[in-house]
Amino acid sequence: MINNSSQKLNINWKKIIYRMLLYGILGIGAIVLIFPIIWTGSLSLKTYSNVYRIPPRLIPNPVVWSNYPEAWNFFPYTRFLLNSLLVCSLCALGDTLSSSVVAFGFARLRSRGKNILFALVLLTMMIPYQLIIIPQFLVFKTIGWLNTFKPLWVITFFGWPYFVFLFRQFFMSIPFEFDDAARIDGCSLWRIYWNIILPLSKPALATVALFSFVANWRNFLAPLIYLSSYKKYTIALGLSLLNTRRIAETPYIMAVAMIMILPPIIIFTFVARYFLREISLAVYK
Amino acid sequence: MKEKEIKIFKQRKISKLRKKEEISFYLFILPWIIGFFLFSGGPIFATLGISLTDWSLFASPHWSGLSNYTRLFTDPLFYKVFVNTLYYVGGRVALMVTISLLAAILLNQKLPGITVFRVIYYLPAVITGVALSTIFVQLYRPIYGPFAYFFSKVGVPAPSWLIDEKWAMPALILMNFWIIGPNTVIFLAALQGIPKTLYEAGQIDGANFLQQFFHVTLPMLSSITLLITVITTVESFQVFAEPYILTRGGPNYSTLVGALYIYRNAFKYFNLAYACAFAWILLLIVMAFTGVQFLLSGHWAYYAARRE
Repeated sequence: MINNSSQKLNINWKKIIYRMLLYGILGIGAIVLIFPIIWTGSLSLKTYSNVYRIPPRLIPNPVVWSNYPEAWNFFPYTRFLLNSLLVCSLCALGDTLSSSVVAFGFARLRSRGKNILFALVLLTMMIPYQLIIIPQFLVFKTIGWLNTFKPLWVITFFGWPYFVFLFRQFFMSIPFEFDDAARIDGCSLWRIYWNIILPLSKPALATVALFSFVANWRNFLAPLIYLSSYKKYTIALGLSLLNTRRIAETPYIMAVAMIMILPPIIIFTFVARYFLREISLAVYK
Repeated sequence: MKEKEIKIFKQRKISKLRKKEEISFYLFILPWIIGFFLFSGGPIFATLGISLTDWSLFASPHWSGLSNYTRLFTDPLFYKVFVNTLYYVGGRVALMVTISLLAAILLNQKLPGITVFRVIYYLPAVITGVALSTIFVQLYRPIYGPFAYFFSKVGVPAPSWLIDEKWAMPALILMNFWIIGPNTVIFLAALQGIPKTLYEAGQIDGANFLQQFFHVTLPMLSSITLLITVITTVESFQVFAEPYILTRGGPNYSTLVGALYIYRNAFKYFNLAYACAFAWILLLIVMAFTGVQFLLSGHWAYYAARRE
């Protein structure tokens, strides 16, 4: 009896220590990973002189909220923010639409040459962007698209290999009986795509829209090359302005950085659960 | 006789339907085909073409054969950039693959509240690029930065990260620790896909935790590790915003990597043709790297039997 209960106790202790250890390691990792964001918030609310204090303090004293509006007026940031929102929304729309159409072809239709073409899709995922940007630049220059948003979003309407791959994986998991039944009823392929497959793929659509939005939100090289006037700048370019010219003080720079990182963080925390599950489904298949 | 006719008729009908489906297939993937010729496949060959001229954006191009390539191979900066790029790619891939695998194993434990940790571990990854670099300029500050403070507390002389020729590149590589999120999630999903029975069998045979890790977990993850290694390699060759913001390629060219070098030559000095030549060299290196990874994977990657 006694022996038995002590054994039970023993096992429980082992489990508790094991769990404490895990929580400890996970906790340290979480603190390290989240620290840059917290430090950004802290710096953005400090006075100029407190930035250069030793030892550095995490909690700003005094808290200077006015850094935000002052930093915001350094450059036309409202304009930059609206530009980014516009471009990123168009890109998210383009990526979800075009990549899902292409993926429908690869996932649901039979044809000769399909495997070779799909291998080609995967292969183009490996092309470094630097390799195609010069001819792309020359093409957009010739048709007069420099200093417009078009070079940034038009290309998203032609299917992005990575998203095509993601959608294809998802579509493959939908039973083919749906298509067969619809085809027997004389439903066109386009309507199968639009009225059956797409409504069943809302999680995948959300994931791609999120990926696309976030990727374009932080995209730097393309806006740097294509946009030349302040009026057209995206928020990423706007932030680099403060950074590279060294004209603003640290708290201002961090205030703008904070505003730039907030939208993706908010969007992500909203869809995190959805999205983490979606990825696991995509990997499984 | 009649049966045969019916058979032929059926076959014809099926092949007609097949034809229709094939045409639809090509219509559905048409956007990608156009995009391939305009924005990815086409430009690659355009880049090759331009690299064989002396185009500088202002003057009309003339054929110049391989002169850009010979110029590259006699340029001492080219070798510096070459070594820098390999250093960065090697360091980043090693760091990201190992750390994200470890993080995934941690996040795969069955604990209350593990979802919160999963979200936190992913979170910094949504802010890469300019914003993350801007933040790390502050974190890496020599005296007033938190990292320097931490080092002084521990009692180790802090490296002066971005200013020191030796430490600037490790600093750029280390930053990637904060963006392990996407790789971790993929590893996590793969971990969850490993059949429990394999571990049970291992336990019956008396395998301890480490043995289970090396004989069950790692082999079962090998194909996904290959995928992540290849994707991370390709990604690492394209790093741009980080060195652009943090170090501008310095000090003394120690962080001048391929993408930054191409950008400078093409859009700062307007040596389009020269930049194209370098871009092609970069493509060859990327292909060699991924090719070697695929070849080597034959020795270590394991694929579960597939249905055909």
